[in-house]
This record gives sequence, structure tokens and C-alpha cells, in this order.
Amino acid sequence: MTRRDASLFVIVAALIAGTGVLQSWNSALAIVNMGLISAIMALGVNMQWGYAGLFNIGVMGFVALGGLGAVITAMPPVEPAWAAGGPRVLSALALGVGTIAGAVMLWRRMRKGPLRPAVLTVWLVAGFFLYRAVFDPAVQAIEAIDPAATGYLGGLGLPVMLGWAVGGLLAAGAAWLIGKTALGLRADYLAIATLGIAEIIIAILKNEDWLSRGVKNVIGLPRPVPYEVDLQESAEFLAQAEQLGLDPVIASTLFVKLCYAGIFAVILLALIWLSETALKSPWGRMMRAIRDNETAAEAMGKNVKARHLQIFILGSAVCGLAGAMMTTLDGQFIPSAYQPLRFTFLVWVMVIVGGSGNNLGAVLGGFLIWFFWVQVEPLGAFLMEVVTSGMTDGSPLKTHLLDSVAHMRLLTMGVILLLVLRFSPRGLIPER
Amino acid sequence: MDFLNAFVALANFVLIPATAYGAQLALGALGVTLIYGILRFSNFAHGDTMAFGTMVTILFTWWFQSMGLSLDPLPTALAALPFGIVVTALLLLGTDRIVYRFYREQKAKPVILVIVSMGVMFILNGLVRFIIGPDEQRFADGERFLISARDFKEITGLEEGLAIRTTQGITIITAVIVVALLFWFLKSTRTGKSMRAFSDNEDLALLSGINPERVVAITWVIVAALATIAGVLYGLDKSFKPFTYFQLLLPIFAAAIVGGLGSPLGAIAGGFLIAFSEVSVTYAYKKVLGYLLPENMEPEGLVQLLSTDYKFAVSFVILIIVLLFRPTGLFRGKTA
Amino acid sequence: MSGNPYQDDRGNKDRTITNTGGSEWTGAVRSGGRAERVNGDGPFLIGDGMTGGYGTGANILQDCTISVERGEIAVIVGPNGAGKSTAMKAVFGMLTLRGGAVRLNGEDITRLTPQARVARGMAFVPQTNNIFTSMTVEENLEMGAFLRRDDISATIAEVYDLFPVLRDKRRQPAGELSGGQRQQVAVGRALMTRPGVLMLDEPTAGVSPIVMDELFDRIIEVARTGISILMVEQNARQALEIADKGFVLVQGANAYTDTGKALLADPDVRRTFLGG
Ligand SMILES: Nc1ncnc2c1ncn2[C@@H]1O[C@H](COP(=O)(O)OP(=O)(O)O)[C@@H](O)[C@H]1O
Ligand SMILES: [Mg+2]
Repeated sequence: MTRRDASLFVIVAALIAGTGVLQSWNSALAIVNMGLISAIMALGVNMQWGYAGLFNIGVMGFVALGGLGAVITAMPPVEPAWAAGGPRVLSALALGVGTIAGAVMLWRRMRKGPLRPAVLTVWLVAGFFLYRAVFDPAVQAIEAIDPAATGYLGGLGLPVMLGWAVGGLLAAGAAWLIGKTALGLRADYLAIATLGIAEIIIAILKNEDWLSRGVKNVIGLPRPVPYEVDLQESAEFLAQAEQLGLDPVIASTLFVKLCYAGIFAVILLALIWLSETALKSPWGRMMRAIRDNETAAEAMGKNVKARHLQIFILGSAVCGLAGAMMTTLDGQFIPSAYQPLRFTFLVWVMVIVGGSGNNLGAVLGGFLIWFFWVQVEPLGAFLMEVVTSGMTDGSPLKTHLLDSVAHMRLLTMGVILLLVLRFSPRGLIPER
Repeated sequence: MDFLNAFVALANFVLIPATAYGAQLALGALGVTLIYGILRFSNFAHGDTMAFGTMVTILFTWWFQSMGLSLDPLPTALAALPFGIVVTALLLLGTDRIVYRFYREQKAKPVILVIVSMGVMFILNGLVRFIIGPDEQRFADGERFLISARDFKEITGLEEGLAIRTTQGITIITAVIVVALLFWFLKSTRTGKSMRAFSDNEDLALLSGINPERVVAITWVIVAALATIAGVLYGLDKSFKPFTYFQLLLPIFAAAIVGGLGSPLGAIAGGFLIAFSEVSVTYAYKKVLGYLLPENMEPEGLVQLLSTDYKFAVSFVILIIVLLFRPTGLFRGKTA
Repeated sequence: MSGNPYQDDRGNKDRTITNTGGSEWTGAVRSGGRAERVNGDGPFLIGDGMTGGYGTGANILQDCTISVERGEIAVIVGPNGAGKSTAMKAVFGMLTLRGGAVRLNGEDITRLTPQARVARGMAFVPQTNNIFTSMTVEENLEMGAFLRRDDISATIAEVYDLFPVLRDKRRQPAGELSGGQRQQVAVGRALMTRPGVLMLDEPTAGVSPIVMDELFDRIIEVARTGISILMVEQNARQALEIADKGFVLVQGANAYTDTGKALLADPDVRRTFLGG
């Protein structure tokens, strides 16, 4: 890290500390926690774009899958729902996978000719209806079990941090599927494929109530850290808060946030260390050789397609991990909250602003952009107050301007991205 | 009779809505494909350009309405449309001047322009929400139906009604006119041919004395018109909501890619292919089958292949299938 | 990683968002320059002491001079990679020179863009990608005449008279034609501006010997109408036979310069470049 890089990090730290002093330490820590998660997402995208030039605009989907991983691992199982339709749903899913695998087999085994598409169509249509015949009643049965509180299968009741790994694995699995199809004919069609799959993942999460309650949301996810109310009842904690001269309620929220920050920071540091090590290894050198001159790398017998698939899966898994962490931090899983601008394109802004191809850059971008994302609204509100101060109270224009402040953040993100692209196209911390 | 009823139901709920939707997607995809052909990148801001153009048109519509201007029985928005197009064209030309031109001079790689268009997308998205708000707006006025279901039933004596909304009729007629004009322009005018030449072989176009900046400017103006028309037609037919327009990006890209990026004909074919599959896969066929099947075989469920929430999945699956088997799209685009 | 960050695409080849069919030139002369009148003597067109290379890369041309007189044929020959195409691009302004000048008809045009040179009566047929493949033959010709505002039908007829096969194929996309026919379209497109000087970069590349003879005949025919021709040719012997003047380039510099006949007779040139 050069002195310039270090001072950039110091500036971001000062911005967050300023939030602590001027607003509250609670808000500052909230920014830190989401900044850490954003930094991890940015790391994931940076692996794909920065090191392999892969254009993933379905980050949202992988993040949401990560959240699903946390839910299905950590939530307690709903026994009656399992009894009502658990095995049947699983067999329906197996049937679905079998149909598709069978279709692929048929396509490969059968000879070219008019018979092949005909047989394939019949196979797929039959498979689809069979699947629906098994699937639909099971889903109805599960969703009928106390729909107001559960109406889904629940999870496995395992520790939530295990769910983070599961989230990463789910994202990796999805990435494998997409990458297999969309990477490396003569050219890729990854961009449109990821854009589409992300929307589909969100549609599934909104609709498949049996899986994660759909738009009814899953709330009350177990935590890896203590609960505020428990802390406030612990004599030991109260004594320590007293010693620091803090209100016990504030102290408990700060403590919980600090715990999260600690865990997240460890994971972030581990990821940075891992990716830096990987980059310096022969594997990393090869990745860069491929990126900088694919033709030459191919001529040297490197399997470009396989490398691209690898790094696409790795990057997506990191995004999934971040998504699981975020769902845990929120304590709830809300499918309708996943919006592409926030979860895909904002992460891209982080990577580009921070510096494509540089892990530290991605981390810096994650923190900085998240800080702006949060703070543009109060800043904008202040600005609008100033701008409109000359106008009469209650004039429609003034009301409109004040009401519209919330949308300033999108505008600001666009302006930041364009400014950086134009005047510092390699980002704040360029690739060495 | 039952067969006729079934067909009318199908036309009413699938064929007509899908045709209108397909026309809207086709117009959107034409804009995407033109930018891809001439400026050589996929414009992520296209959905938001449509939203911007529609917003301006809505604002003019409100203004005209407040002055008592009306085209009754046609929607007032049609009178506002030219103004929406002009303002959007000015916006796009301004964006090109301030943002994109620099990268052209730098001979920037297309993927850099894609990222630049993300920035423009954010700005337009914020701008539209800032000006008109994120909420749904309905701005269709005038006569609601060309043929209402009741009239149709009375005229034909059929059990099933066929309604054609004015907006659907306008969509289809406008789309036909716009597409005809566009193809005439590209095929028969000097400027249109120079655009095709530029798209085909940029260096040779320069050697022939074609001015690239002029080609680019004209492209933006045409794209502004296409995007605004597509957006206004969609908004009249359904409703205007900034986020919905942003989300139209996926089916529009899918349409342009399925058709073969860079091919105007492909964009149209792609638009209709995507629209028809979306609507027909997510339609509940209970009613249609009810007419066709004997009494005792009538289906119990809705007979819906996929819930409407999965409509994006349909565009996506079609896209993947086409790309797997025909990597250049239906009409060989510039991507071969 | 390339020097220009805007040109760094990180090896991305995602065709759903990017169209790779764009311009391949990197260093064309930028707009804003003017032509300056110099003395009226000297050749009709001359690239005088040209030095330069692509982008910020090394010099490929080293003090290289090529020229053509009014109504004459000048031929550039030399081994592969000698810089023949580069010299042609430099004369046409598709490469910004670091040293030397280009003069046309007594004017210094070094700072003019390629388009401005077209307007001044220069025409160029590049070595590759020299037709609009998706457009019909006739549209190709129309695009060649893009700068003209007068009636072009007579010129189109002249081109069809020169290359009769094109008349039959005029409604066919040029990309569907055979190699020889494509070259005819390319030359025809360049003739549409009724240029004073026609520059051809390997017009006979990849065509059969019969078609090649035919093309040479047509080129001589064009020269007889008073158009100067500056041409790069692989088939050095045949080209020098029809050349008034010949330039032999080696590693971006002039190795031999003389009349075509003299070069053909020069034992050194024969041994090194004409295979004995
Ligand atoms: N677009 C380009 N960018 C960089 N170098 C180039 C480019 N085109 C050609 N060169 C280099 O310039 C040299 C001369 O090439 P060229 O002029 O095409 O040779 P010739 O036409 O005589 O075969 C070669 O070394 C080639 O590698
Ligand atoms: Mg050459």
C-alpha cells in the first residue's frame, strides 16, 4: 500500500468518524458494518471484472441467494410443514432436475434430424407436467400450515454462520450453471445471462412461499452475536456500561454492532489475504496473462474457458457470502428489497470508483460509496433547505423539491461514476 | 360456436395484448439495436431514456389538459408526444456532447462505454424520480375502447367478448408507421444509407467522407424518438412507473439479442417473439379450454404454465435457447 | 494493459453488450488542421520524408518518401511487414506523422483529416475490409460518392462499364460476391468521387491469376483517364512492368527508387525482391 492509498483510507475513516461525532456512533457503526459487507461484494465483482474482464450484472441474484442460504440453514425447521409436503417437494425438484438432465442426455445421444427436437419437446413437456403434478399439491400443503407465521419448510436450525458458507455455495452453484452456458463460445453472453438470472432468482424468492415465505418475508433470523435485550439484563454488561458512562440501551446496540464489525472485518481481511495470495500464485499470474492477451494464453495451451468459469464461480460465491452476512445483520430476509440499482449497479460503482483490478481499491470503493449512499440523503436535504429557503413555505415547488430529496442519491451515484470514469479511469487506487 | 368463443377468448387475452406489447418491445429494441450498431455498445440507460421521454410527454399532456386542449377521442398524450421526442432528443444530444463524445475521441473500448452508460442510467433514473416521483401515473384519456366487450357480444352474439382498447389500436398503428418510416429512412435516404455504412464498416465510411459525428447525432435523435414513442405507448397501454421502465431493459435487451444485435429486422422479430411467449406462457387457459373440451373434462385449475411473476423467466429462457443454437441471433446481427 | 486506460477492456468479449466491429485506426489525424499552399513544383502527390508509427509505439516509417506524378502509376513493393500499408495510411492521414510532410498538388495537407483529403480528390482502397459487406453493390458505389451533391448516375455507369460484372450484381449484397468481384467493388467505390489520385493497397490480394491480369488491365485503363495511381503490390514483377515509378521499401525506409523498368533491370533488386 502506498502512502497515497493509505491516506485515502484515512480520509474514508475520517468521514465515518465524522458521522459518529456529528450524527451518532450508532449510525457510524451501521455504515461500517454495511461498508464491510459492501467491500466484500465489491471484492467478488472485482475478481470477475478486474481479473478476468467478466461482466456480471446479476450481482443482486447472488446476494439474494446468499440470503436464502442463511435462511434455510439457520431458521428452525417447521416440522408440520415437512410432514405435510417436505419429501414430496424434494422429489418434485429431483424430478425437475432429472427432466433437464435427461433432455441434455437425449440431445447428446440422439442423432441429428427432425426426430431429435420432436422427442425432446415431448420429453420436456411431459416432464414439466409430471413435475407440476407432484409439486403443486405439496406446495399447497406446506403453505397451508399456519400461513401467517410459517407456511414454509423452515430451515435446518443450524448455526447461522454455517449459513454464510451455504449462501456462498448456493451462489457458486448458480454461477456454475450460468457460466457453463454463457461463457466461452467464440464470445460470451454473460452480461445478459446474469441480468436475466438475477431477475429470475428474485422472482423465485418472491413467489415460492414454501421455500422462504415469499413476500411474507422471513424475520427473526438467529444471530451469531448476543441480543441487546439480553445484554441489558446482564449485570456484568450493565456494570461495564456504567464504567464507560454509557446509557445501557445505547451501549448494548453499540456492542452488538461492534461484534458484527469484528466478525465481518475478520472475514474481509481473510478474503483480501486469500485473493492477494491467489493472485501472486502461478494461478493468478495465469489469470492475468489470459486477461491481457487471451490469444497468446490460448496458444500456450491454457484452457481459457475453464479459468473464466472458475473465477466467475469464485466471485459469485463471495457475493453470496456477503449476501448471507447482510441478511444475518438485518435479521430478516425481504425478497422485495432486492433492487438492481442498489445490489448490482451500486456494487459496480464501488468497483470502478475504487479501482478495477485492485482488491484494496474495491474495499475502499465499498466503504466510500456506501458512505455516500447513506449520507447523500441528509446532505441533499440540507442542500435543498438552503436552496428553497428563499421560497415561500408551502409553495408547490418547494414541497416538491423537499419531497424529492430521496432521489438525489441515484443522481449522485451517476455523477460520481461518470466523474471517476472520465478523470480517473483507473479508479482511486489503480491496479499496480 | 364453442370453437369461435375459444378463439375470441384467446384473441382477447393473448393475441391482442401480446401484439401491442410486442410492438412496444420492438420499438424499444430498435433503439437498443441502433445504438449497438452505430455506437457499438449496449446502452443500459435505454429503459430510463424511455422513462424520461414518457415523463416529458406526460408533463406536456397535463399542461395541455389544464389548458383544455384535447384530441378526443384520441388520448391527449399523442399531441404531447412530439414535444416529448424533441426534449428527449435534446437530452440525448446533450449527453452525447458532455459524456459519450470524449470516449469516442479516446477510441475507448465498447465495454468502457457500457460502464459509462451505467452512470447515465443512474442519473436519468434519479432525474425522472426527482421530477415526477417514483409512483405510478396514468395519463390515458379519450375514448377507452375501439370495440368494447359488450358491443362485440351484441354484434356477434357470441358468449365471449372481444375488447380492443384504443391504446392497443394506437400502439399497433403507430408502431407500423414508425417502423415503416424507419426502414424507408435506412433503405432509401442518403443519410440512412450512411448510417448503415457506418455500422457496417466504420473506417471505410470515414474514407468515403461520411462524417461520424453527424451519423452519431442522427442516431441519438432517432433513438430518442423510438424510445419516447415506445415508452409513451407502453405507458398509455399499461401505466407509467419509473421502476417498471427500468425493468423493461431485460425484455428489450432479450428482444434485441434474440433478433440479432445490430439488425433492425431482428429487433422487431425479437420483440414479438418475446412478447408472445411471455403472454402465452403466463396466461391461464382455463377459459379457452373450457370452451374446447367436453363438459366432463373441463380443467379444475387455472391451467397456467407459469405465474405472471415469472414472465422475465420466459424472455430469459427463450434468449438462452436461441443463443445456444444460433449464437448470432435469428437475423444474423453485427455480432458474428 | 495498454497505455490508454479508456482502451483497456480487460479482455472482455461479451457480445451481448459490446460490438467489436468498430474502427481499427488508432492514430488518425484529428480535425482542426488546415492545408497550406507551398510552391507549385514537385510531384502531384508526395509523402516526403515520412517518419511515424502507430499510437505511441515505435517508428515504423523511417524517413520514407513515396510520390506519384499526375496521370502516372507508381508502385510500392517490398517484403511483408516492410511498412508498405503503413506508408499508404500515412499518406492518407490515417496515421499521425512525427516527421515529414504530405503534399498534394502544391499544398501541404499533412494536418488534414482523411475525410478532408477525400474532399480534395484523394481516394483510398485499403488492403482489408474495403467494402460495405451488408450493402448492395450499388449502395457501395453511392457511399463512395457520399461527398458529391451532383448527379452521380453517370459515374456509376462509368464504373459499370469498367467492371461490367458489377452491373449484373448491383442489387446483391457486396459481401456475397467472389474475391475478385469484391475488389472491383472496392475500386469502384473509390472511383466514385472522381478522384485525382487513387491509392490501392494490394488490390490483387487473394484473387486468381486470370482475375489479377484483368484487374491490372482495368487499373491501367483508369490511369489512362488521367487519374494518378499509387499502388502497393505483392506481385512485384507484374506491377513494376506497368509502373512509371517504383519504390522498394525495406523496414520502413526507401531501399531503391527508380522507374519501373530500371528497377526490373537492377540485378540487386531482381535478386532480393523478384526472385532472380
Ligand atoms: N494497427 C497497427 N498497430 C500497430 N502496429 C502495426 C499496425 N499495423 C501494422 N503494424 C506493424 O507495422 C509494421 C508494418 O506493417 P505493414 O505496414 O502492414 O506492412 P506491409 O503492408 O508492408 O506488409 C509491421 O511490423 C506491423 O506489425
Ligand atoms: Mg500491407
